[in-house]
Amino acid sequence: MTDIEQKETDIAFYIRRYVPEKDAKPFWQEFTLHVEPGMTVLDGLHRIKQTQDPSLCIRYSCRMGVCGSCGMLINGTPTLACNTQILHLTKSRLTLASLPNFEIIKDLVPDLTSLFSKHRDIRPYILREDKEEMLNPSGELYQHPDELLNYLQFTYCIKCGCCMAACPTLATDPEYLGPQAIPQGYRFSTDTRDGGFALRKEIVGSAHGAFRCHYAGECSNVCPKGVDPARAIQLMKRQLVLEYFHLKKWQKPGGPLGKPEHAERKPEVPDAPPFTV
Amino acid sequence: MTDSKKYPNRLGLTGWLGGGRWGVERYLYTLHRLSGLGLLAYFLLHILVTSSRAFGMEAWERWMGIVGGPVFRVGEFLVYLAFAYHAINGLRLVLIELGFAVGKAEEPVYPYRSSVNVQRPLMVVAMIVVVVLVVAGGYQFLGLSH
Repeated sequence: MTDIEQKETDIAFYIRRYVPEKDAKPFWQEFTLHVEPGMTVLDGLHRIKQTQDPSLCIRYSCRMGVCGSCGMLINGTPTLACNTQILHLTKSRLTLASLPNFEIIKDLVPDLTSLFSKHRDIRPYILREDKEEMLNPSGELYQHPDELLNYLQFTYCIKCGCCMAACPTLATDPEYLGPQAIPQGYRFSTDTRDGGFALRKEIVGSAHGAFRCHYAGECSNVCPKGVDPARAIQLMKRQLVLEYFHLKKWQKPGGPLGKPEHAERKPEVPDAPPFTV
Repeated sequence: MTDSKKYPNRLGLTGWLGGGRWGVERYLYTLHRLSGLGLLAYFLLHILVTSSRAFGMEAWERWMGIVGGPVFRVGEFLVYLAFAYHAINGLRLVLIELGFAVGKAEEPVYPYRSSVNVQRPLMVVAMIVVVVLVVAGGYQFLGLSH
């Protein structure tokens, strides 16, 4: 929130456009739009599409900072268009471009394939040896609330790609796993129900893994959900170093909780529905 | 979906340098890399100069005459600047990368407070040490200590 007085005004939108069928490289196009207080950047882009240029290409879905589709470079900072009010940023000029470090599909739409590919590589799910129990669970896997807090922050990632766009290491090393995938590796490896660190460390500890990060801190500065990827990457490095020197205390993930003894089921509570998958 | 031509949009080296809207740590990151490259260049030159002794006293004296000039004196001070910054900032990074200065994971409550805020006192102390070293070194290099 800034101290800029919020009054209706005309704002110059400088939008970096690229149409693959006809442009060799992106170019800047100016639009002037009458902006009212409360209007988000995404609202402004919709207004431009409706009233000035229907060919302008944007990607969005939820309009409330949950889906991560509308990440773009707004006045030089990667952030969500739906989460950013125009008059909080400027009273005269707004520059909008597709997220850097990702290929541009069209206009303001980046291709997030590399993000999802790296995310998939670090196996973002619970890995356990008891495959039969995972397929046919016999009970809940116990976890203390304090253990949940060790990774809860990193579960809020919406995969918008803002952190990857802000990362200076990724700018020169496209193979670098980046501030989206490594924190997700840490999130699952820290989960007391998971036993997959040995598998993930091969990827996260590789030449293009966590040790490529030298703490510019921009991923944490721009994350619209407060995930703090820089913290997770440093904590992951700590785990890797402890593991290398055999100082990491390993605790095998616990089994499912048994049914409580001497407990009677309340008659009014219905049975759980059958599994759907 | 048909494949269309995509624009690479990779920042490259401008990703290190560009912006203007980044935090202090971003510039420290860039400076750390540049000072590291500078020190590497110095080491290569240093090996070249000292290896001249193997070609006899005359070659050694000739090189010493070249590097004894005022331009190399300024260069030497720049090397000292790079060393002071790279060493102290490097210690800060070692502490951070071992997870000592970034704090524990916490519930993100707006306005978010990240590990960048947690490590900032360490960053300030490290930069004060760099300034002290640079001032002390400058005093020596300018010959004020005699």
